[in-house]
Amino acid sequence: MQPRLLPPPTRFPVRRAVVGAAGWVILLGLTAAILIIPAPAGPAPRDRTIRVEASSYAFDPARVEVNRGDRVTLELAAQDVVHGLYLDGYDVRLRAEPGQTARLTFTADRPGTFRMRCSVTCGPLHPFMIGKLSVGANLPMWRGAALAGLAAVFGLWFLRR
Amino acid sequence: MKRLDLLRSPAVASLLRSRWPTLAISLLALAGFVLAIVAGLAGTPVGSRNFGIIAVWIAWWAALILIAVPLLGRGWCSICPLPLPGAWLQRGGVFAPSARRRGLGLRWPRRLRNLWTQNIGFAILAVLSTAILTQPSVSAMVLLGLMAAAVGVSLVFERRAFCSYVCPVGGFIGLYSQVAPLEIRVRDASVCAGHSEKTCYFGSQHGEGCPWQVFPAGLNRNSACGMCFECLRTCPHDNIALRLRPFGSDLPRPAGRRLDEAYKGLLMLASALAYSAVLLGPWGAIKTAAFRVGTPEWAIFAGAFLAAAFIGLPGAFALHVVAGRALGGLRRGLRETVAEFAQALIPLGLAGWAAFSLSFVLSNLSYLWAVLSDPFGAGWNLIGTAAGAWTPYLGGALPALQTGILVCGLAWAASLARRIAARLVGGGTLGGRRRAVALASPVVSFALGVTVLQLWLLIG
Repeated sequence: MQPRLLPPPTRFPVRRAVVGAAGWVILLGLTAAILIIPAPAGPAPRDRTIRVEASSYAFDPARVEVNRGDRVTLELAAQDVVHGLYLDGYDVRLRAEPGQTARLTFTADRPGTFRMRCSVTCGPLHPFMIGKLSVGANLPMWRGAALAGLAAVFGLWFLRR
Repeated sequence: MKRLDLLRSPAVASLLRSRWPTLAISLLALAGFVLAIVAGLAGTPVGSRNFGIIAVWIAWWAALILIAVPLLGRGWCSICPLPLPGAWLQRGGVFAPSARRRGLGLRWPRRLRNLWTQNIGFAILAVLSTAILTQPSVSAMVLLGLMAAAVGVSLVFERRAFCSYVCPVGGFIGLYSQVAPLEIRVRDASVCAGHSEKTCYFGSQHGEGCPWQVFPAGLNRNSACGMCFECLRTCPHDNIALRLRPFGSDLPRPAGRRLDEAYKGLLMLASALAYSAVLLGPWGAIKTAAFRVGTPEWAIFAGAFLAAAFIGLPGAFALHVVAGRALGGLRRGLRETVAEFAQALIPLGLAGWAAFSLSFVLSNLSYLWAVLSDPFGAGWNLIGTAAGAWTPYLGGALPALQTGILVCGLAWAASLARRIAARLVGGGTLGGRRRAVALASPVVSFALGVTVLQLWLLIG
């Protein structure tokens, strides 16, 4: 019977551990920086009135842009059947009868791009009748894109099973 | 890492060995399926007020893509009502096979033993999907058609050929089931090697041979296993394990990836992007074109989708792989390399589908309470919730949730691409690691581009 040999002592991979820890610290630091970076100051707030026409499963204009802090009056005009408008993130809604205009005023104090959804069943494509309201620069999307870039680099260089 | 075998628990083993729990859930699903078809055909044509649309495309879809597939893999397939009537006819009984078996029992043609039939079926459903998702009668006809196809295939071909090779949803589930933290495998392959009867494959008095035509000892990924537990019932050596494992353990697989699987991943990715643009975008003209099936504008939409899904996106992916091969100095066939790297698209695609579905589901889920009380839109109020107002859920938090899902999917895809590259070039040395990063970088940049595009579509 052969004498049993002990396996050679394994060395703790110090360099790898330090690089790994540094990678995580850098990742967390960059993530925090991306998430807390303040929005650039925009133009001074003002009052705006925006007319949105609703017909055939689309809002016109499909995309509305305002500045952060603006006092916005939305006018919803239904062109064909009864339509509604619900604004994600602001939780406000309007309802317009055909040929009539409904109005609502709110302060656009949350930055980002928010979906305007038809809130009154108007036909088969009603659940997908969507428009967009952009308030200032779309910081959430830019933050998301920056985080995606970070995730790509981090996944490529550091993440291992 | 040691994996916990849930079948070591006598209670779990007993529960799964019995056919009653699965049958009870399947019958419940079948009842819901029949109600969805009847409501679709006889109920209100207003999709948001019809059980056939809301229960199937909102509630079931949410449960499938956000919970069942990521956590249970093909768990849905084990209780799916679509193949039930065909399976009952085929084996001549609800439980075990009987002497009254029906059907020709032919083997599925060798040429079709791949995912192309499922890919084409999914693409056809995809170009019709805006009509299917919004018109109850069309949705019901599609469900009926799928069930008729399942019965027809069961009567001509052996076992669950429909589920393995035809069902478009099964292909989708199979692809993404590889990320699930649950697997059915054998405990000891040498026991199977010494078991000459192979009752798990050929069946015994305790149950059928594997309906999915899988020999469990050779099972190395979730996509092939329908989680029906017939092997648990027929194995005389108690050699079947149901293990908890880390997410995505089937990825990357060492070898044997095929181009049809790569196309499945690319088709799913293209569909997630297309649905995000068509259904959740602000472009009314595209929605209308996608909805008006048979018109010239629909033909343009369908042609554009098919070109993007089968040529554009795969072509762009292949170009990135070519660039990676050049940077990493890899001498290996393009087709094979594309098939290898396409595995990285699995977490990316699943994240894309989850982010899309979250918006689609949360904004429409409140319709469910109304249709549960009034499934046909006939003015009933069975449980007192028919008058519930439409209320989108988590509208303010949705962009952050979607961003988190997409970013995690991208990080996972990038890590996977790196590991695939390391395997291809032998990344053990410093030079090998650098080559692996160079090889994977273009694929990761492709994944980054797709993620940013979907971010723009969903929250831009």
